[in-house]
Amino acid sequence: MNSPLNISRRTFIKATALAVGGLVIAFSIPNAKRFLLPGIPEANAAEEGNKLPTPNAFLRIDTDNTITVMLAHSEMGQSIWTTLPMLIAEELDVDLSKVKVMHAPAAPEYIHTAYGIQITGGSSTTWSEFDRYRQAGALTRALLVNAAAKKLGVTAESIKTENGFAISGDKKISYGDLAEAAAKLETPKAVTLKQPKDWKIIGKATKRLDGPEKINGTAIFGQDIHFEGLMTAMVARSPVFGGSVKSFDASAAKKIKGVQQVVQVPSGVAVIADNYWAAKQGREALKVEWNLGPNAGLDSKALVSEYRKMAATQGLTAAKAGDIKTASAKVTKTVEAEYVLPYLAHSPMEPLNCSVKISKDACEIWTGTQMQGTDQQAAAKILGLKPEQVTIHTLFLGGGFGRRANPAADFVSEAVQVAKAAGVPVKTVWSREDDVKGGYYRPMYLHKAKIGLDANGMPATWEHTIVGQSILLGTPFEAFMIKEGVDATSVEGVADSPYLKSVPNYQVSLHTAKTAIPVLWWRSVGHSHSALVMESLIDELAHTAKKDPLEYRRALLKDHPRHLAALNLAAEKAGWGKPLPKDVFRGIAVHESFGSFVTQVAEVSVDKGVVKVHRMVCAIDCGLSVNPDSLKAQMESSISFGLGAAMQSEITFKDGMVEQSNFHDYKVMRMADMPKVEVYIVQSTEKMGGAGEPGLPPVAPAVTNAIFAATGKRIRSLPIGNQLA
Amino acid sequence: MITLNINGKDVQLDAPEDMPILWALRDVVHLTGTKFGCGMAQCGACTVHLDGQAIRSCVTPVTAAVGKKITTIEHMQNDKVGQVVQAAWSAVDVVQCGYCQSGQIMAATALLTSNKKPTDDDIDAAMSGNICRCGTYPRIRAAIHEAANKLA
Repeated sequence: MNSPLNISRRTFIKATALAVGGLVIAFSIPNAKRFLLPGIPEANAAEEGNKLPTPNAFLRIDTDNTITVMLAHSEMGQSIWTTLPMLIAEELDVDLSKVKVMHAPAAPEYIHTAYGIQITGGSSTTWSEFDRYRQAGALTRALLVNAAAKKLGVTAESIKTENGFAISGDKKISYGDLAEAAAKLETPKAVTLKQPKDWKIIGKATKRLDGPEKINGTAIFGQDIHFEGLMTAMVARSPVFGGSVKSFDASAAKKIKGVQQVVQVPSGVAVIADNYWAAKQGREALKVEWNLGPNAGLDSKALVSEYRKMAATQGLTAAKAGDIKTASAKVTKTVEAEYVLPYLAHSPMEPLNCSVKISKDACEIWTGTQMQGTDQQAAAKILGLKPEQVTIHTLFLGGGFGRRANPAADFVSEAVQVAKAAGVPVKTVWSREDDVKGGYYRPMYLHKAKIGLDANGMPATWEHTIVGQSILLGTPFEAFMIKEGVDATSVEGVADSPYLKSVPNYQVSLHTAKTAIPVLWWRSVGHSHSALVMESLIDELAHTAKKDPLEYRRALLKDHPRHLAALNLAAEKAGWGKPLPKDVFRGIAVHESFGSFVTQVAEVSVDKGVVKVHRMVCAIDCGLSVNPDSLKAQMESSISFGLGAAMQSEITFKDGMVEQSNFHDYKVMRMADMPKVEVYIVQSTEKMGGAGEPGLPPVAPAVTNAIFAATGKRIRSLPIGNQLA
Repeated sequence: MITLNINGKDVQLDAPEDMPILWALRDVVHLTGTKFGCGMAQCGACTVHLDGQAIRSCVTPVTAAVGKKITTIEHMQNDKVGQVVQAAWSAVDVVQCGYCQSGQIMAATALLTSNKKPTDDDIDAAMSGNICRCGTYPRIRAAIHEAANKLA
């Protein structure tokens, strides 16, 4: 994702005393503009925030030596619960294991330093917070040192800090004992950050701070919220997208023990009960007659045919160079191909849920969300409240993958509607079937490409047409991310491909299809389809030119050192060119996304049509790695997520309805299919990139390229499924 | 009223006979370490032990547990094998989002209780019913081997 708003990275830092005598460090971003939903007035956000420092803090030190770090981003598995405190602990000189961590509320202070919205997404948390969190640590340390100097009657320069203490000679004062005095000092105008050579925490493999509670079952996810009076609701929604309730009969549902109310809400009919089991049975007993609306004939196969027709004509230009017509005369060989990639559900392990408690002039929300600010505004709009009257409590997210970052705030809005209609506090929960059938999918995409090779076997012309739905159309991101009709996320990875830079004549165009199917970013967004297409095409070109796929990539990427570094490291570690066990074949793919460069090498066998992935070797250059072990974990995660999707996952439609319903038919990676994984990190001082998503795009093409090496068959649609049987 | 033995204690609860153990644990007793993931024994997030055997609590009615012992993640720190498994999970730093991990640990503990030295194939067989969307599978495998070494 690019930066939709060019806001100042300069932040105001403010130290304030706590009512209980501690120290709190708050930030505000001057002139920051927030995305606002229609009808939400812009309060003077930054200034208001300055008046309310207590919750809007990044770091607080209590007199009992408790150090609390507030996260402006959500922990959903990516280990930001550990990475951001590492940045503060490094500068503050405290024992990381003693730091308490909390999710921040929804407030202007926590808007993304680059995106202008409170969001966890775009694999951006670490690089976007690298300065802000280190500054918070360094500034606090400076205040504590100044307080210690005053107390001891020595110069600040003579004081060193270690493990939560200010030390001067043989005198030691704990940060907690200094907090109250430090809060009364003037905040330094500037602080000096540590030099990389002095880092003790940054760059070191560090254990997760949320590990213990996630191992002993005490970690609280949105689903685990319980308080007296909280009801559970399940919503019956139209089986066809765009349908509506014609009528309903709740008499049988109300007979189920534990069912308290049945109410209509904009998205369907909600059954409100004492617990999940009663709500589920109540919903099963509920009779709803639906107006299925105009999409009752929706059919995946027909949709592919429609996309194919659209791809036969040129769409809106996304990138262009040279003149294909003139150059085509000099082309010696042509490769033409079509690729089709399916709709995909995110299906995080924790089904969607949101608890809402509404009072006269306030609303409290407990959920796992990647977009607190948007959710807050959506709730405020529904209830006629000001955004600041809506408190969002972010709990651990049982996976996100983009599903919990919805510009339409779908599951939060629905839960607010249910609680409003019911007049009691309600946790609205989705079943797995609701999750699989209920939408917000990675869009289906069709790519059509025609590439001409010159006499040396290198691409001389490249025509590429993409057809698919826009994720951002109709969202607040549209104004920044859709230029002249082209949604940047539809064409990323193709229009900006480094390969095209070495092709003298190219044309990338886009048809934005419109369907009733709700779509959303899915881990790695546009790169989740574009990398498969680009890396398959490059592989096909290499084979057509009778060149080694690795050498062919090296030649095309000779001016792209970070691609080359990832390519060379993975190839070396995988033993590219060296003998493999009998019937095992290699495939390679490299792709840049979210500012990082990743190569995957797959080792694959195909036996009687059954594809087995034995080993994946991954190399990443993301610049500095703050926590190399969590970076490796993200690569392992991307391999699992990407492989599961490539091998088995798809959402299809027939008669307007989703054909899949749960993990038996929406298949994902399981233990027995998980290959051995090796991850290598390019030692790099280049610009920092992301970690959560960039590992994924090259996974599928590495596998399909290995399948080609094994069988001579080019996989042109996903999932691979039983295409080789 | 029905009496269930949960983590060594008899608990009386007001739950319908067909209520799955999962919802009795989560919504009636408020032991939320056991997770809901699919509701049809497809993902393993709800795994608990019934008389030491790993079961999917989302499809097992409370009546099936009468007179038997239900053990959940909250009790694993008191379980000889469970302790070792949890320590291995920590040593390998397995978790990511963490939502499936209670079920993974319960499944791994049941495996190691009956099989002190599982092979990779044994792990595949015992653990393939537990989905992790974060893909912690390589670390789960490593942690099970580590726990097996400690138990040897």
